[in-house]
Amino acid sequence: MSGGVDLFDLAQKEREEQAVYRRTVLCCGSTACLSGGAQATQDAIRDVVAEKGLEQDVRLVATGCMGLCSRGPLVKVRSRGEDDVLYADVDADAGRRIAEQHLAAGQPVEERTLSLEHPFFARQVRVVLENMGEIDPNRIEDYIAHGGYRALRDAVSTMTPAGVIDVVQRSGLRGRGGGGYPAGSKWKLLNEAKSDQKTVIANGDEGDPGAYMDRTVMEDDPHRVLEGMAIAAYATGAIKGYIYVRAEYPVAVRRLEQAIRQAKRHKLLGKNLFGTDFSFDVEIRIGAGAFVCGEETALMASIMGQRGTPVLRPPYPTERGLWGHPSMINNVETLANVPTIMRRGADWFANIGTETSRGTKVFALAGKLENTGLIEVPMGITLREIIEEIGGGVAGAKAFKAAQTGGPSGGCIPLKHIDTPMDYDSLLALGSIMGSGGLIVMDEDVAMPDVARFFMRFCMDESCGKCLPCRAGTYEMYELLDALVTGRGTAATLVRLETLCEVVRTNSLCGLGQTAPNPVLSTLHYFRPEYEALLVPDGAHLAGLPGAHVAAAAESASAFADGSERSA
Amino acid sequence: MSALRAAAGAASGTAGAAGGPPPADDPRVALLTTQLKKVRYRADALIDVLHAVQDIYGYLSPEVLTTVADALQLPPSRVLGVATFYHLFSFEARGDHTCTVCTGTACFVKGADALMAGVTEAYGVAQGATREDGSLSLLEARCIGSCGLAPVALIDGAVVAKATPDALIAAIRTAMEASESAEDAVREAAAGEGGAA
Repeated sequence: MSGGVDLFDLAQKEREEQAVYRRTVLCCGSTACLSGGAQATQDAIRDVVAEKGLEQDVRLVATGCMGLCSRGPLVKVRSRGEDDVLYADVDADAGRRIAEQHLAAGQPVEERTLSLEHPFFARQVRVVLENMGEIDPNRIEDYIAHGGYRALRDAVSTMTPAGVIDVVQRSGLRGRGGGGYPAGSKWKLLNEAKSDQKTVIANGDEGDPGAYMDRTVMEDDPHRVLEGMAIAAYATGAIKGYIYVRAEYPVAVRRLEQAIRQAKRHKLLGKNLFGTDFSFDVEIRIGAGAFVCGEETALMASIMGQRGTPVLRPPYPTERGLWGHPSMINNVETLANVPTIMRRGADWFANIGTETSRGTKVFALAGKLENTGLIEVPMGITLREIIEEIGGGVAGAKAFKAAQTGGPSGGCIPLKHIDTPMDYDSLLALGSIMGSGGLIVMDEDVAMPDVARFFMRFCMDESCGKCLPCRAGTYEMYELLDALVTGRGTAATLVRLETLCEVVRTNSLCGLGQTAPNPVLSTLHYFRPEYEALLVPDGAHLAGLPGAHVAAAAESASAFADGSERSA
Repeated sequence: MSALRAAAGAASGTAGAAGGPPPADDPRVALLTTQLKKVRYRADALIDVLHAVQDIYGYLSPEVLTTVADALQLPPSRVLGVATFYHLFSFEARGDHTCTVCTGTACFVKGADALMAGVTEAYGVAQGATREDGSLSLLEARCIGSCGLAPVALIDGAVVAKATPDALIAAIRTAMEASESAEDAVREAAAGEGGAA
């Protein structure tokens, strides 16, 4: 074949080198397990392997996230001709025992094992996360040995850009950042734009508090993101890519930087890839803590070194993007789906999930559950299956109350809708959104007005301040919620809150403001009695307590809304 | 995280940390110049440069921001405007130790408030503030993405998983004592050298 690198040779060589070892110990080295002491575990295992002289026999790999973060550090032992054995809660002592018994003597440490038939693993379908816990994220060779960069090579050397877009369109892949816009259609728009300065941007500004899907993909399988971007660039005619990463994710930045260097060295990024005239380069841009930068136009402003304030669309980025040139923003998870779709085909992907929501979704499963961690499930799985089977039910014999999806832009799903399939449209119908994949489970102890106030405080802090409905509206809504939660709210407060929700939702410039009322509206819809129980009689709130100015402000806002309704 | 600052601190001793105009041979100036050259003085690299400034100096002072504006040929108002827009930039020196409590949704549901309140009470430091003696800053993080281990806090960048107020307070004490004993060791070493001379 033409080009600077023969992937088959590299993959073959790597696989042969790995096959020499009789046992491979895969140690989860992701952020969660590392904070649980995974480094000490690895060191302990390495020490025993050295003591017993097993270096020729045992390969030790620090992998990415294995998913079940609440039972970390996790260690998997893979032996030639035997089933994999997974160990949970492996501290240094347990690591030592596993090395002495299992690695040296072939006797698994039974009481520490966790069955791979455990529903947490058995119910998952892995597309984006297929390499997690399998490869060493620091080595491009490992990614290539697992089929990496083959999709890019085949696309660039055997397919037309239109052919690639056709595959993505037929797969039914929709944007995983929250909106769910069909990815193929977006690619087509950029493909049709006339410019020789087009860019693709990977949105890794995962600002939703309680979500870490993109972080995990960037940290633990960084080449997958680069390959997805390169395929997108080939399909759309882009010459340059940017990955926008939150500054809160320093490990992701380091791993991506390293991956870019490795890909360039192997001529998988750079000029004239695979001997064609397709050239593509990727640069990382680091955020600095601003939730609004997840919005496309704000993100581009931030890449250009400016305040991350959004502008009105249209024009859409595919018409006028970075420095005025056509640009396309895809979420990291969306791009991470692409190499697998190209490799396994549109039909294979479209067979997973539901009619309108194809494929899988990665969720960060958190909150009051027995099992928390990172999961990938087929779209359309019910919330009940996720919570009861994968999550192992609510922790501590408490009752399930609600699950929050979509973070500060989303809403809650109460018990009566627990059998709802998790797909874009069903969640929208319930007043929530798919969002980027944060899924937080709350038990009976959590007060919903508190949750609404929590999210509103977040939106208030994160409002960029450019447009009034969001800047002042989130502030006033927070004050009203605070009045309610602290026993200073009357029936009128609640009316004003609801009116203001409508004003902010319909008048804000960008998605942040437009969706900021969602957690309030959704908790009000399903848990209104909780709000009503907080109300005090009229006049009580004026007894020397703050809040009077808020009432007045909300009054004028509701008058404004009434007025606009009349004029409409 | 602050490798650059550590390098600068090691080179300059402790001078410069107390404020006042930096001496002309302040090694931090050279570090900043290196960063500016690395981005080829491009105005669109402003956020990167601000990260470097915070890394080198610990915070963004008006003097350094003016230097950055000159170097990137941007109006100072633009530099200040961008710097103040983003949450991660700090305009005051942080304490010797930082305790950052994650206030993401998963941590909120699992009691981040109690962590914050516990540290505030034990160390007399308000959220977002630094203790008067400069020993500790108490900060909040939006979400550090370790939701499976909620609630979490960071002490000088190291994660404390599934934290309780007591465990967090104990971890802060350990961090403070460790640096005290390190300082003692330096003093003893210095005294030892003095004695030998």
